[in-house]
Amino acid sequence: MRPDSDTIKRLKKIANELRIDVVDMIYAAQSGHPGGSLSAADIITVLYFHFMKIDPSNPLWPDRDRFIMSKGHACPIWYAALARHGFFDRAELTKLRKIDGILQGHPDMNKTPGIDMTTGSLGNGLGAGVGMALSARYLKKDYHTYVMIGCSEHNEGVLWEAALSASKFRLDNITVIVDYNKLQLDGYNEEVLPIEPIIDKWVSFGFYAQRIDGHDMEALIDAIQNSLSKKSMPSVIIADTIKGKGISYMEDVCSWHGKAPDKDQYDKAMAELKGKKS
Amino acid sequence: METAYTREGYGQEIVELGKEDPDIVVLEADISSSTKTCYFAEAFPERFFNVGVSEQNEAMVAAGLASTGLIPFLSTYSVFASMRACEQVRTFICYTNLDVKIAVSHGGLTPCTDGVTHQATEDLGIMRTLPNMTIIAPTDYHMSRAAVRAAAYTKGPVYLRFTRDKLPVIYDAGMDFKVGRSIRLKEGGDAAIISIGDMTHIALEAVELLKKEGIEVRLIDMPTLKPIDAAAIIEAAADTGAIVTAEDHQIHNGLGSAVAEVLGENIPTPMARIALPDTFARSGEYLALLDMYGMGPSHIADAVKKTIDRKARA
Repeated sequence: MRPDSDTIKRLKKIANELRIDVVDMIYAAQSGHPGGSLSAADIITVLYFHFMKIDPSNPLWPDRDRFIMSKGHACPIWYAALARHGFFDRAELTKLRKIDGILQGHPDMNKTPGIDMTTGSLGNGLGAGVGMALSARYLKKDYHTYVMIGCSEHNEGVLWEAALSASKFRLDNITVIVDYNKLQLDGYNEEVLPIEPIIDKWVSFGFYAQRIDGHDMEALIDAIQNSLSKKSMPSVIIADTIKGKGISYMEDVCSWHGKAPDKDQYDKAMAELKGKKS
Repeated sequence: METAYTREGYGQEIVELGKEDPDIVVLEADISSSTKTCYFAEAFPERFFNVGVSEQNEAMVAAGLASTGLIPFLSTYSVFASMRACEQVRTFICYTNLDVKIAVSHGGLTPCTDGVTHQATEDLGIMRTLPNMTIIAPTDYHMSRAAVRAAAYTKGPVYLRFTRDKLPVIYDAGMDFKVGRSIRLKEGGDAAIISIGDMTHIALEAVELLKKEGIEVRLIDMPTLKPIDAAAIIEAAADTGAIVTAEDHQIHNGLGSAVAEVLGENIPTPMARIALPDTFARSGEYLALLDMYGMGPSHIADAVKKTIDRKARA
């Protein structure tokens, strides 16, 4: 079913508000990763406010859909989505990375309600997702497992081990979404360690692969819907994104991988995000 | 003396557990006929997951399975689980405190002829450093069966270290195993030997050698390295005043280190450590390797006598 224009409008509004939360959190913490959080914002919005079956009043509901943010450093956008759903008090957002808060620098499944798997060490999320998907099959549960990975995670060998196993077990209850913003800490993927042709790699590993604009809500919804109906093989969605998306001076700028804005930069970011109609 | 494989004990007991508890699942990294998870694979194919030769992913898949409430046993060789997959074990199994049981074969020098690449002589020290990890190295076949059962229902991660070769059967079937509790195998007041895993049967021989010389030694079998049975160590030190440890592992960070920590902080006592002396071993027959690296019965006996001398001079 194609989303109607009201749905798209609603999702765009949420994504913008989550981006505002991200900038607020990282500015308050004066530490964190804005670039990859902002590139992932639209993907997170579509998952958490359109697709996923979750129950914020029962974060450990056994039948919930699972989400793993393998690129754990982008957790501010995940925390913002979880807070909006009421998994925890919004006041926690201002305590990101603080010693008295529940929001760790990288996601911790035991400290934060709604986090299905601890992450932060790159390349590992898909393997955990394979475990969750195998469990669903064995226990005859119909939850779906979503794993978001970053482009630099394609550098890690364990990611490909996990891809082989997802394919071996024909896990059609798992969808990998690549937040493909082309930048990693030291520069562009193509300079640091080339990963193209990325779609050919995933196809050759036995995945049903789609490539879309990761900031296009309709395209994201269509692609995820396609992945849910694909049988007998795992799915990957290569979502082309822009690191720092939504804040002009951060967009496609490598240095915004892992630093916080100062006061002037914060004001400018807020003016840009809050100036948006939708 | 009757001998049997500790890994065979694992392979058989995990099938029994599987019959009783549908939450028990097993992961394997392509060596099921060696780790003996092949029996589980045959009995429960729908919950046996062979991920191939990819131990890092194996640990991750285990974490994912455990996060849904299942109790995964992860099998490969000790050397690969403890080092190839070390970070996955640390961050995704120990930090998360998930119910993953790392049940691995070929501990210590027991994969003797295979050489250093397959000998696991650093695993206990690495695992002992990880918060939340319980570490058990069963002494014989019957203890292996009991320890597998105990590990399944011990909260959080457990590292179970089995051996390649057959070991003498010391305990009876259905022996009473409790995580964290040592077992006194021999009584004597001149000194105490504390041993773990496959070194217990070597220590038993040392005790007999010493007996012939009129030296009576307490032998404490310490299959749980963590949490260690500190009370038994302190009691042995108070009763005998001379402690010797014996382990099939590097001399650093294993049983000897753990015992020294307990003694140093509670009851400083003359002690000696029998272990691989901070070196890599080589290919060879198991008992010949132990002898070459100063870990045989006569070496333990000599260490006991020297430690008794130190006690006398103190």
